[in-house]
Amino acid sequence: MSAKKEGFFKSEFFHNFVRSPGALAGLFIVTFFVVLVTAGPLFTPQNPYDIGSLDLMDAFKPPVWMEGGDPAFVLGTDDQGRDLLSAMVYGSRISLFIGLSVVVLSCVLGTFLGLVAGYFGGRLDSLLMRVVDIQLSFPAMLVALFIMAAFGRGLGKLVTALTIVGWVLYARTVRGSVLVEKKKEYVDAARLIGLSPFPIILRHVLPNILTPLIVIATIHVGTVILTEATLSYLGVGVPVTRPSLGLLVKNGYDVLFSGLWWSSVFPGMFIMLLVFGINLLGDFLRDEFNPRLK
Amino acid sequence: MSEYLLEVRNLQTRFELFRGTVKAVDGVDFTLREGEILGLVGESGGGKSVTGFSLLGLIDPPGRIAAGEVIFRGENLLEKSEEEMRRIRGKEISMIFQDPMTSLNPLQSIGRQIGEMLALHTPLSPADRRKRSIELLREVGIPNPEDRLENYPHQFSGGMRQRVVIAIALAANPKLIIADEPTTALDVTVQAQILALMENLVKRFGSALILITHDLAVVSEMTHRVAVMYCGRVVEEGPTRELVRHPFHPYTKGLLESIPRLSGERSRRLPQIPGMVPSLFDLPPGCSFAPRCGYATDLCRHEAPRMRAVAPGRTVSCHNPVQGGEEAEGHGR
Amino acid sequence: MLKYLLKRLVQMIVVLFTVSVIVFLVMSFTGDPVLMIVPPTATDAQIAEARTALGLDRPLWVQYGVFLQNLLRGDLGVSYIFKRPALTLIVERMPATLELVFFSVLLSLAVALPCGVYAGARPNSPFSRAVMGGSLLGISLPSFWVGILLIFYFAVEKGLLPSSGRGATAPLFGIPFAFLTWDGFRHIVLPAVTLALGTLAMLIRLIRAQIMEVMRQDFIRFARAKGVSWRSLFFSHALKNALVPVVTVFGMQIGSLIAFATVTETIFAWPGMGKLLVDSINTADRPVIVAYLMIVAAMFVLINFIVDIVYTLIDPRIDLR
Repeated sequence: MSAKKEGFFKSEFFHNFVRSPGALAGLFIVTFFVVLVTAGPLFTPQNPYDIGSLDLMDAFKPPVWMEGGDPAFVLGTDDQGRDLLSAMVYGSRISLFIGLSVVVLSCVLGTFLGLVAGYFGGRLDSLLMRVVDIQLSFPAMLVALFIMAAFGRGLGKLVTALTIVGWVLYARTVRGSVLVEKKKEYVDAARLIGLSPFPIILRHVLPNILTPLIVIATIHVGTVILTEATLSYLGVGVPVTRPSLGLLVKNGYDVLFSGLWWSSVFPGMFIMLLVFGINLLGDFLRDEFNPRLK
Repeated sequence: MSEYLLEVRNLQTRFELFRGTVKAVDGVDFTLREGEILGLVGESGGGKSVTGFSLLGLIDPPGRIAAGEVIFRGENLLEKSEEEMRRIRGKEISMIFQDPMTSLNPLQSIGRQIGEMLALHTPLSPADRRKRSIELLREVGIPNPEDRLENYPHQFSGGMRQRVVIAIALAANPKLIIADEPTTALDVTVQAQILALMENLVKRFGSALILITHDLAVVSEMTHRVAVMYCGRVVEEGPTRELVRHPFHPYTKGLLESIPRLSGERSRRLPQIPGMVPSLFDLPPGCSFAPRCGYATDLCRHEAPRMRAVAPGRTVSCHNPVQGGEEAEGHGR
Repeated sequence: MLKYLLKRLVQMIVVLFTVSVIVFLVMSFTGDPVLMIVPPTATDAQIAEARTALGLDRPLWVQYGVFLQNLLRGDLGVSYIFKRPALTLIVERMPATLELVFFSVLLSLAVALPCGVYAGARPNSPFSRAVMGGSLLGISLPSFWVGILLIFYFAVEKGLLPSSGRGATAPLFGIPFAFLTWDGFRHIVLPAVTLALGTLAMLIRLIRAQIMEVMRQDFIRFARAKGVSWRSLFFSHALKNALVPVVTVFGMQIGSLIAFATVTETIFAWPGMGKLLVDSINTADRPVIVAYLMIVAAMFVLINFIVDIVYTLIDPRIDLR
């Protein structure tokens, strides 16, 4: 057990990781957000969704370093007197939750369908690939927009819509991998002695698809968070009761022209930071796992 | 001037990787005369291709040529600048790569690719270049060259593509051609044709040829001299006919014995060299071949042997060369 | 060639047909449109009457049949809100969206091509690293947020550029375009930049990656062994090979741009198809939503088709048989 751990720390991956400023920065940012959303709510000055704790007299306060700022509300308040920082912490939670759940669901669904399509081949495979191709020829955001527009806002609906949009990339990758394995001789050998090659293919396919899937999934989280933010901004994403960072930006936009910039700028900055951190990691992983660079 | 067109002395090329330093070429020596055909033989990963690339200075980081001399027509190529090397490449020394499917630019017609070679190294006008291109294609045995000039690489079969590559290599009439496993990627039936073509052309154009291959049978047919490589070093060198008949190095002997023969006893098992080629990260101390050698002694396991002459024109790197020129079984001609 | 075109045409029709079915089905779940049309004081009887008049009491597949029929005749329904044909509404706003997308494309290419190519040629230079960092940031930016920042800085704070609207237009071939007037041009700057950013960043990374990939390939090494200079290697050999796949990706991006124009138009109150869509979603104006989707789907299918054709023209390896 300790030998394996030791081996990891001596591995090329680890060696390159600690020498890559991008990877380290990405890890730092992502860890920051993870800590923020798990521990944050314990420390925020207020729970912004507890209507009882809000005071309209606190509304429209600017950040603490500006004139009129209040140290109780470090980043200022919105039109309801909600502390922006607290709202951002809760909002990050929602954004991250959606990101992770969509990716996990898409990955599972996509991998399953990819395995099925690749293994059984034939008409099932053709049909699935046609669906994938057709779906990929339309921008993901638009399809998600359409679904949400039709079925209305809601957290569950949003996750479902984004999963419907997101499974295709996983399916395609996994299917490709299965097809490669199917051609190998051990499959014929297994069939000859009457064994179903499926479990063996699975055993061979899984390690091969692990690294590409990790890369795709990592980048996908960032994409989902951005898409969700955009949808929420347009009013077809998360419900008003559970504002994600995107919805916070929208709320801020409504008062932007009065010069109250902080309620839209800061949440947006958080989105950018989070996605940037994820992309830094994703970039590093992709370069590391790219076999051709070796 | 020197009698040799090319003299390689103690060439060392290394690759600095995370896992360690790979000494792909670890002290290679050989010589080549004008118009001579030298076979550079060895197993895959034995450093042959890297040697070829090193001669042309085509080693990129993380590889580097660490030591040695490559004396071509009296000048050490390793001391030349990239600019100077560029002028030599294609004109004095050209190279044929292993995989014809990837050697050519898929988006350019072959006429253009041959023309580029001619434009770089000859003073011909565009019209003359076109004529010469057609001539070259004809020389390498491509039918209807005038029409095929405009074709793209994917419109040729593997063998045809390799012929185009050979045409390109010969275009500027270089003194030396390095052919890196030119037929390995081709069908067996095509291999013989391509080799015959190369032999023919090289003799007519008067170029020297270094034929890099793992196929000792091919080498014994075509070459004047052979250098056998193992784990980045030349272990034996000499005139082909003699070497094949009387190998001095146990590795060479083993290679020769493992070639299937059409005549002779058929019921015997094909002899094989026991063991496997060691990983280049982890070479054994002393002679690299010792772990697999039937003649190895303690000295072999501790001290790496050096190249020395054991007979006129024959050099070997071995503490216990196969003495008396024992005939490699069944290879008397 | 003809056979291929025919095959593609059939494929395109199948896709559009599938889309029409999906759109119709999904939209039919979005609630009762009758309630949008009748006044709030309508009695049950009046509602039932309206329903029959609209054909909404018939079975779903019949409704779809009617829908399809109308579709093929060019009738995409009448807007509940504007009381005008949905198709007309969209077509009226198409020039605005197209001009926005066009300028974004222009901007993206103008910046991404030189930067990406340079970064690919000198992958380890400080410029290249800066470009990579910047472009990674670029693809992490929420475009709507960037738009907001730009509005705030350039319009609200500095008052340099207008914050919304399209400004004055002038006709070209009878179609009004904003960029032809100075006022209109000032209006297009911020939205075009906002829309271009994501694509630009993506393109730079793609171009750089492609070039680096190509430079590693065998035929480049072979050309080098021929004595070709680095300059020739890069410009005559590598560049075309690297950029050919970029064309395909870029073609797909145009579709994405049209989609993201919805957001940009919303932020800048740019009167294009996208803004119309978002407004229609908020007002539950079903016919307009359906019309938008069908038209945009047709546009995507067409764009994909054109991209494929262009690709076969530039890559001699593609065989159209």
